[in-house]
Amino acid sequence: MLQVEGLTTRYGAITALHGVSLRVDDGEVVALVGPNGAGKTTLLNTVAGLLRPATGTIRLAGADVTGRDPASLVKSGLALVPERRRIFRDLTVEENLKLAGITASAGQRRTRLAEAKALFPVLDTKWHTAAGYLSGGEAQQLAVARALMSDPRLLLLDEPTLGLAPRLVDVIFELLATLRSQGRTILVVEQNARRALELADRGYVLRTGHLVADGPGGELAARADLFAAFVGLGG
Amino acid sequence: MTTLLQNIVDGLGRGSTYALLALGISLIFGVMHLVNFAHAELITVGAYVAYGLARADVNWWVLAVAIVASAVAASVLVERLAFRWVRNANPFTMLLTSFAIERLSHALWQVLVSPKKQSFRGPSWAFNTWTAAGVRFELMDLLTIAVTVAVLALTALVFTRTLFGIAVRGAAEDFDAARLMGVRANRVISGAFAYAGFLAGVAAVMILLRSPTAEPTLGADWLLKAVVAAVIGGLGSFSGAVIGGLALGLAEVFFRSYLPAGTPERLTDAFVFALIAVLFIVRPQGLFKVSTAERV
Repeated sequence: MLQVEGLTTRYGAITALHGVSLRVDDGEVVALVGPNGAGKTTLLNTVAGLLRPATGTIRLAGADVTGRDPASLVKSGLALVPERRRIFRDLTVEENLKLAGITASAGQRRTRLAEAKALFPVLDTKWHTAAGYLSGGEAQQLAVARALMSDPRLLLLDEPTLGLAPRLVDVIFELLATLRSQGRTILVVEQNARRALELADRGYVLRTGHLVADGPGGELAARADLFAAFVGLGG
Repeated sequence: MTTLLQNIVDGLGRGSTYALLALGISLIFGVMHLVNFAHAELITVGAYVAYGLARADVNWWVLAVAIVASAVAASVLVERLAFRWVRNANPFTMLLTSFAIERLSHALWQVLVSPKKQSFRGPSWAFNTWTAAGVRFELMDLLTIAVTVAVLALTALVFTRTLFGIAVRGAAEDFDAARLMGVRANRVISGAFAYAGFLAGVAAVMILLRSPTAEPTLGADWLLKAVVAAVIGGLGSFSGAVIGGLALGLAEVFFRSYLPAGTPERLTDAFVFALIAVLFIVRPQGLFKVSTAERV
């Protein structure tokens, strides 16, 4: 589904990613973990088209999509739940979701709005509330619901549990398990590294812009040496 | 009491025009973070189009449509030819570009038509008055208010009911997040310029009905007031821009009315700007704060 080859991304003079290669196969859940500043968000933002890579290629379902803009990538079946959610606070829940269905036909949009209500009952109860009034957990569910409005073939999630209370972290992990059972292909960046790796089929460990380990999720989760360096991320 | 009512209607009439212009400026600021100092040039474009058509004795309804259409076209064209190329440059470059377009527009009309004022014939009913309960209202004030109310109602509908409007609001809040949802940057910005052009076109019709003249610097006076109204409202806040415009119109009329007779208009402006300076000392973010805080 996704093949990233030799990806290098720079912010001015600072290189955040040094020739990173990874892949996500159809129907797989892949976790990308690593300490703060490792370049995880940079990687997702580059794949989603928000940043242009200096070198390297990104292939989505076989097609070279390197350097394409985010909107056209959404049309090609990619959706990113960005770091810190970035829901539209001045828009209602319904408007957030409608906007996220902008690439769909009117009929598809209606169907998916109904699906969102079914999958996220808590959003249904706040349908006409401005998203700025949602709690952290509700906002995160909205962020995921929004990404699903384009019915993506590949879903990227950036720190979906960031800043959430433990009980809500459970809710999000249950949601990830549900999406997985629906057969969605997912690449998730997560601070709860062990938990994400245990859920994932495979995982990658990124450190200061370099991939330092990869393998089946369960195996990586068991490797204590990898986590020694992650201050406070052992969860 | 009678004077008070007349002043209110007069102020709202004037303020309505500011509100339409300020809303356009706020809209462009929302999607591009650009204070478009060329915005009021759209009035000038409309004025010269009206002048050209009026010489051919076209009736006022057709003129009004032509004014609005030309403002929309000019707004979209300027975005395509100028602002699109500097969209990712720093904000100062965009600001300078808008200044350059404003200057260019002044020069263009001087060369193409004439540096002098060109008057044409407005509708004969423009200065009619209407008396109710002993209060005399200018028909133009009432028409301006009515048209503005209708246009604002339409705008509210567009921005809450259509996908385009929701996309513009989303993009105004977080442009990259909107792109991640599949919103095309070119389309939403082009659309915002078209809508801002429509609002400026309607304002131009109201201005030209009252004073049917075209001159190269026609936009300049309106520009300053419109920018101030948008800033009073808190740049980027759509309802703020409308209230900022109405407040500015009312402030002007009331100062003129209560300052000693014979006070020149420029001095009235000085009082208005002094009031605005005080406002910004008390409330630097404008009357309405645009939400930027993030809840984690």
